[in-house]
Amino acid sequence: MRHTISVLVENKFGVLARVAGLFSARGYNIASLAVSETLDPSISYMTIVVEAQDEKILEQINKQLNKLIDVITVTDFTKKAHIDREMVMAKVEYSPKDKAKLESIFDKYVGKIIKAKAGIAIIEAVGDQAQIKGLLEQLDKFGVKELVRTGRLAIAE
Amino acid sequence: MTGAEILLESLKREGVEVMFGYPGGQVLPIFDKLYDSDIKFILTRHEQGAAHAADGYARATGKPGVCLATSGPGATNLVTGIANACMDSIPMIAITGQVKTFLIGNDAFQEADVTGITRPITKHNYLVKDVKELASTIREAFYIATSGRPGPVLIDIPSDVQLADTEFIWPEVPEIRSYKPTYFGHPGQIKKAAKLISDSKRPILYIGGGVISSGAHKELRILAESLKAPLTWTLMGIGAFPGDHELSLGMLGMHGTAYANHAIMESDLIIAIGARFDDRVTGRIDAFAPHAKVIHIDIDPSSISKNVRVDIPIGGDAKNIIGELLEQIKKAPDTTEWLKTVELWKKKYPMKYKDEGKLKPQYVVEEIYNLTKGDAIITTEVGQNQMWAAQWYKYNHPRTFISSGGLGTMGFGFPAAMGAKVAYPEKLVFDIAGDGSIQMNIQELATCVANKIHVKVAILNNGYLGMVRQWQELFYKRRYSHVAITAPDFVKLAESFGAVGIRVTKKEEVRGALEKAAKIDNTVFIDFVVEGEENVYPMVPAGKAINEIIGGLA
Ligand SMILES: Cc1ncc(C[n+]2csc(CCOP(=O)(O)OP(=O)(O)O)c2C)c(N)n1
Ligand SMILES: [Mg+2]
Repeated sequence: MRHTISVLVENKFGVLARVAGLFSARGYNIASLAVSETLDPSISYMTIVVEAQDEKILEQINKQLNKLIDVITVTDFTKKAHIDREMVMAKVEYSPKDKAKLESIFDKYVGKIIKAKAGIAIIEAVGDQAQIKGLLEQLDKFGVKELVRTGRLAIAE
Repeated sequence: MTGAEILLESLKREGVEVMFGYPGGQVLPIFDKLYDSDIKFILTRHEQGAAHAADGYARATGKPGVCLATSGPGATNLVTGIANACMDSIPMIAITGQVKTFLIGNDAFQEADVTGITRPITKHNYLVKDVKELASTIREAFYIATSGRPGPVLIDIPSDVQLADTEFIWPEVPEIRSYKPTYFGHPGQIKKAAKLISDSKRPILYIGGGVISSGAHKELRILAESLKAPLTWTLMGIGAFPGDHELSLGMLGMHGTAYANHAIMESDLIIAIGARFDDRVTGRIDAFAPHAKVIHIDIDPSSISKNVRVDIPIGGDAKNIIGELLEQIKKAPDTTEWLKTVELWKKKYPMKYKDEGKLKPQYVVEEIYNLTKGDAIITTEVGQNQMWAAQWYKYNHPRTFISSGGLGTMGFGFPAAMGAKVAYPEKLVFDIAGDGSIQMNIQELATCVANKIHVKVAILNNGYLGMVRQWQELFYKRRYSHVAITAPDFVKLAESFGAVGIRVTKKEEVRGALEKAAKIDNTVFIDFVVEGEENVYPMVPAGKAINEIIGGLA
C-alpha cells in the first residue's frame, strides 16, 4: 500500500542522499519524492510516497528517518487529515480538428492545453490522485506520447 | 590558527590523549602539527589497524577512539573499521584528509567520495569545506558520536582547509534541533512494565551491549538480585553481569548455552535491555519465546519492535530506566519454582567438550581464565575462536570482552587488543585468535613491537577457517571447499618482528606457556596447535528455533 509522509530536514549538502540512501539500503520503495525549500530557507520539505506492505514497515521507515541526524520531523499522513496534489504534463496526439473534443474533457476533468501545434498538444493538470487518474484515462483516448509528473505534494490540514 | 592547528586543539579540548593513524599527501599539514603535539600518535601498519585500534580503545574505556588517515586509499582502508564500529554502536571519530576543495569532483589524484562511501556506515559524517566551520564541526561530531546510541562519526577535511587560517573559537556543546536523544523512560510505560514484572512467574533478563555502553551494570545487578530473575546475554552483553553469578545463564542464541535458550523459550516475560533481537539470538523468529510478553528497553527507538513484537517499549538510557524501574517495582515476583526449573536445565545440559586426544581449544581458553581469574582484557577474532572465547572464559567486569559482534570482522581482535592495551598499559590483554583471522591484520605486530604495546596473542591454530569448515561439515556433506588454510611459522614470524613466539602442542604445556607469555615484557604470539576438526557446540542451525539444539548435549 502507498503511504504519504512528509519530512522536514536541514537544508544541507548531502541530506537528500542520506534520505534516499536510507530507503535503498533498507529495501524500501520510494514511489515519488518531491523536495524544496520552506519559508525558513535553512529547512527543506520532502514529500515522500512509499510502498509499505504493513504498519510495521511504515513504523520502521518513520523511526529510521528520525534517526538521521539531519531529519527534524517526520509526519505520516496515513491517519492525518491532509491535502495532496500532483502536477502532470502530458504530450498527446493532436490535430486542430480534435480541438473541441479535447477541450470538452476539461469540462469534467482538471487540466488545460498549454501549447498546441500540428501533431502534438501539451496538457497541464494539477489535482489529487483521483483527478489525475481520471484525466489520464480520458487523454489515453487521444494517445499519450509522453508524460511527466512531479510526484505528490502533501500538506497537513 | 590554521585548520590543522584547530583540529589538534579541538581534539585536546575533547580530552583526546591518543590517536591511531597513517600519513599521506592530503594530511601533511596535520602531521606537521602532530610533530609538536602532545597527543600521542600511534603509527599503525595499515589504516584498518588504526580504525580497529581506535575501536578497541573505545570499547575498553568508553571514551571515543580517534583514527586518522589520508584521502583516497587511506580513507577506504578505514571503511571496514568504521562499519565495524557502527554495527556495534561504538563511539569513534574518523578523520580523513581530502583533496583540495577546488579539486573535489575532478577525479583528482587520491580522491574518493569518502562522505558518500561512509554515509551508510557512520552515525553521521561531514565534509568541512570552510575552515570557519571546523571547530564547531569537531565539537558536534564528538557530541553525536558519544550521545544517544553511540556510533562512529567521520570528518573529511580537504588539505587546503587544513592550511587555511581563521580565529579559533571553541563553541559551547552544540544544540542540534534535529537530534535530541531520549534518556529517560516514559513514566506510564515504566509503571506498566513494573506491574508486568511483579505479575510474572518466569521472568528472564535479556542483556545486550547497551547496558555496557550506558554504564548500567551496577543497576542491572541490583535489579537482577532484587527480582531473583535469571539473566542471559548476547555476545555484546558479555561482561555486563558477572559470569560466575548464580543467576547467570551465559550467552544465548546460535552458540548460546542450552539452558539459556530453554529458559528464554519457556519464559513468560522477557525484559530486554540494550539488546536488539538479532537473528543470531532469536533463531526462527516466529517460534521465538512463544509464551513471553516482552518489555524492551533501548535508547534507539528504531531497535524496538523491529524484529519481535513488543508489549511494552521503553525508549531511553538503560541506566536511568533500570533506576526508574527499581523505584516502581512494588513487589518482586516469586521465582522460586522458575529458578528450580532453570537449575534443572543447567544440570541436564551443562557446557562441555570431550577433553581427549589432541589439545582442545576450549581447554586453552579455560586456562587463560584460570591464569587471569577474569582480570584480563580479552579481545577475539571471528569464527570458532570467538565463540570459544565467549563460552569458556567467565567475564565478570564490563569492557573486558571485546569482540566484533554485528559485522563479525576477521582481523579485528589483534588491532583492537592494541587499542585496549594503549588505554590500559598495566593490564594483561589477550587476543584469542584463529589462524585465519590473525593473518588478516598481522602487520600490526610491527606496531606493537615499535610502540611497546605488549599484547599477548593466543592463536587457536586448527589449520582451518574453522567456523566455515564446521558449516561445510554439518550442512554441506563435509565437502571442504577452500577452508584448509596455511599459515606462516608463527614462532619464527613473531621473532622476525622482534616479538616472542611460543609453540604449544600438548595440554601439559598450556599453563606454563601462558604464564611465561604473561611475564615476558614483549608482545607474544602463542601458537596453540589444536585439534583441527573440533566444533563449536551447542549449536542451533540457522533458521531453526533456538531450542532445536544440536551437539554438545548429555
Ligand atoms: C573479513 C572476513 N572475511 C570472511 C569472514 C567469514 N568467516 C567467518 S569465520 C571464518 C573463519 C575464521 O577462521 P579462523 O580465524 O582460523 O578462526 P576459527 O574459526 O578457525 O577459529 C570466516 C572465513 C569474516 N567473518 N570476516
Ligand atoms: Mg582456524
